[in-house]
Amino acid sequence: MKLKLKIWRQTGPTSAGRLVDYAADHVSPDMSFLEMLDVVNEGLIKQGEDAIAFDSDCREGICGTCSLVVNGIPHGPDRGTTVCQLHMRRFKEGDTVTIEPWRAVAFPVVKDLVVDRSAMDRVIAAGGYVSVNVGGAPDGNAIAIPKEIAETAMDSAACIGCGACVAACKNASAHLFMGAKISHLSLLPQGQAERQRRVVAMIEQADAEGFGSCSNEGECEAVCPKEIPISNIARMTREYMKAMLATR
Amino acid sequence: MKLDAKTPSGALAEKWDRHKFEMKLVNPANKRKYTVICVGTGLAGASAAASLGELGYNVLNFCIQDSPRRAHSIAAQGGINAAKNYQNDGDSVYRLFYDTVKGGDYRSREANVYRLAQLSVNIIDQCVAQGVPFAREYGGLLDNRSFGGAQVSRTFYARGQTGQQLLLGAYQSLMRQVHQRAVRLFTRREMLDLVVIDGQARGIIVRNLMTGAIERYAADAVILATGGYGTAYYLSTNAVGSNVTAIWRAHKRGALFANPCYTQIHPTCIPVSGEHQSKLTLMSESLRNDGRVWVPKKTGDARSPEQIPEAERDYYLERKYPSFGNLVPRDVASRNAKEACDEGRGVGESGLAVYLDFQDAIQRLGADVIKEKYGNLFHMYQKITDENPYKVPMRIYPAIHYTMGGLWVDYNLMSNLPGLHVLGEANFSDHGANRLGASALMQGLADGYFVIPYTIGHYLASTTQPKVTADHDAFKEAADNAQRQITRLLSVKGNRGIREIHRELGRIMWDDVGMARTAESLERALTAIPKLRDEFWNGVSVPGTPDNLNQSLEYAGRVADYLEFAELLALDALHRRESCGGHFREESQTPEGEALRDDENYAYVAAWEFTGVGRQPELHKEPLQFEEVHPTQRSYK
Repeated sequence: MKLKLKIWRQTGPTSAGRLVDYAADHVSPDMSFLEMLDVVNEGLIKQGEDAIAFDSDCREGICGTCSLVVNGIPHGPDRGTTVCQLHMRRFKEGDTVTIEPWRAVAFPVVKDLVVDRSAMDRVIAAGGYVSVNVGGAPDGNAIAIPKEIAETAMDSAACIGCGACVAACKNASAHLFMGAKISHLSLLPQGQAERQRRVVAMIEQADAEGFGSCSNEGECEAVCPKEIPISNIARMTREYMKAMLATR
Repeated sequence: MKLDAKTPSGALAEKWDRHKFEMKLVNPANKRKYTVICVGTGLAGASAAASLGELGYNVLNFCIQDSPRRAHSIAAQGGINAAKNYQNDGDSVYRLFYDTVKGGDYRSREANVYRLAQLSVNIIDQCVAQGVPFAREYGGLLDNRSFGGAQVSRTFYARGQTGQQLLLGAYQSLMRQVHQRAVRLFTRREMLDLVVIDGQARGIIVRNLMTGAIERYAADAVILATGGYGTAYYLSTNAVGSNVTAIWRAHKRGALFANPCYTQIHPTCIPVSGEHQSKLTLMSESLRNDGRVWVPKKTGDARSPEQIPEAERDYYLERKYPSFGNLVPRDVASRNAKEACDEGRGVGESGLAVYLDFQDAIQRLGADVIKEKYGNLFHMYQKITDENPYKVPMRIYPAIHYTMGGLWVDYNLMSNLPGLHVLGEANFSDHGANRLGASALMQGLADGYFVIPYTIGHYLASTTQPKVTADHDAFKEAADNAQRQITRLLSVKGNRGIREIHRELGRIMWDDVGMARTAESLERALTAIPKLRDEFWNGVSVPGTPDNLNQSLEYAGRVADYLEFAELLALDALHRRESCGGHFREESQTPEGEALRDDENYAYVAAWEFTGVGRQPELHKEPLQFEEVHPTQRSYK
């Protein structure tokens, strides 16, 4: 099939960007969305033109690298799907497809569709861990953790850190991303010692990075490729309030 | 060159403890005076960088991705082995050691494997302490499953995302060290050269992928944890960014490359759907517990599967291996699928697939049970192929999945170049000619959390080094070398696509250096690869400029390295005139068509020394001695 593409091109972080028209003329329904872009790029490269820059790596929905807004929706129209797992059979002959980068103050554009998401690493660095050095860990079965709690923690831990939640949010909030990590660690006994410090430190770092706050729109949950529920944000907010009452 | 594995003396079970005591230590107050470079942030790299940061070393950690959390360890599905014996089913350190040596088809070093089995138990404890949400039983204790033909249940897992959860544990520990300024993190940096001064590894040259700047970093020791080289075959289950560049360029600076021909081909992947395909997706091998593998008996039978009556189907694994049936090991299952397709009995549009049929299991157990067991895999299959595996059989085909070969290292995980340490899939050390399922995660974390923190201290404390900075002439020479390659790539200005050439290389490798190799096919590859390399350097088109983010330039550099490395892989396969593990030479098989080792002539590690592009490399042999496990012929009939 043939598609019309409108793709965001921007040469560098400080330059102005614009949507540029491209034609994708040999699209097979079995292609993934990124393979469709590979083919467009192969054509550009053969003509000696600068290829469209976009991020991807594992191409099986787990590394969190791919980050495209397709027709206004981060990761495109399929629910619970990263854009690398979106297939072209979802589109039809003659469709116009607009492709843009994640847009948020905290995610400056590096080039074309590639953005800098290091702000999310700095939020984790502020407290998204259990502070244990290698060496003195007790036996893995020393603490029994009820299956239900382990499963709920795993539901939250499934976050792939792609940033779609931020890109979908009108406030560019990272609350779902943070809520997932804070839930994961505060549900487990291992995370108790730093429970209060962690939530305060991560939220302060997120504020400093320019992520917005949450106004309960639920856009994040709707686009999350791992379908992480918004209840993680509620849990984070409770943790934060408790921490503020206890420490200030 | 005499290869010294530096295996400690004494009884197998005491070697590591004794060695730990005998190794020299760096005083806690002196550790911060040492700078260690670590390239890679997967399980091995992130665990090493975090652990060394915790100890007080000054660590510089590099990765090509935009975040350390995206390294390809994240995609590992099944689990991680550990000899905990929590199930009371007869597991032990010795049994894990034995299974791993045998599974590697007697081509690994006993002492390394024993240490790996010993450390496996500490890994689980460490990961639990970090908050890794492993699967648990109702009583709250850790759950296990059996895996990859082992007779005990020793695999720990976190749903189908074990690699992700272990990597996030290591990543979080790493970010904690970054926060404490013990580790400096450099993302979107690609290592382009190793700097060797007076025979010692003293630094690296990287390209800042965002700005294009060539940067120099000096250190007292260098660690490479940069993964495997599966994408030499173009299509593999690896991430599209995985590459051989870091270890290949270290090889060109003198590090020996060991056993490059040991590649693992996984039997159950979703088949290729067309020319555009960029990667292959794995379907967990656990599916073979309930799925039956078959092809039509007739060649060229184009009927759809439900129209082929039972009597006209060939369940070839059940027919040929009555006692193991569909559960033969990965290498055997892969070779048999290829054989059926080569006979013209393959299915699907391309003819390069076999059926994995769940109809019997669904009738026996009900669709609900199958959904509970494999629901996520069936869902993923349907998403990619648009076919419903509850109704029609899955189509599967083997694909490159893991590479056992890598840079040669001794017992301390140091290469023949003093100061250069190599961890995880990037080294060759523990899996011999075939890796068992759920052992890759174990090795990466053992190397990073529990081996390198000791052995690097020993190296630093027992070595005298002059102080060097990145202004040294050797850094200038290496930076110029990296810059020259970039200029050369950009100045070809041909009209051939980079991907097109990579795809062509993959075709050569898969057809002639793939699942079944012959002297003839390997000779053919050895003629075709240099020819393709010439075509690349005379005809490739690399658009754009070097001074900003240029993914075409990055990709071209990696393909250029593969065009050199692939020749070494084929040459190693040609020289090893025996079959072992993932390396199957058709000339060397039993009367029943199984892999036949030649222990008399090939029980050694083949470590190759670089002598120039297109020149015959020099072979060094490290003989393998088996004092505990006696090599036998594997049979699955």
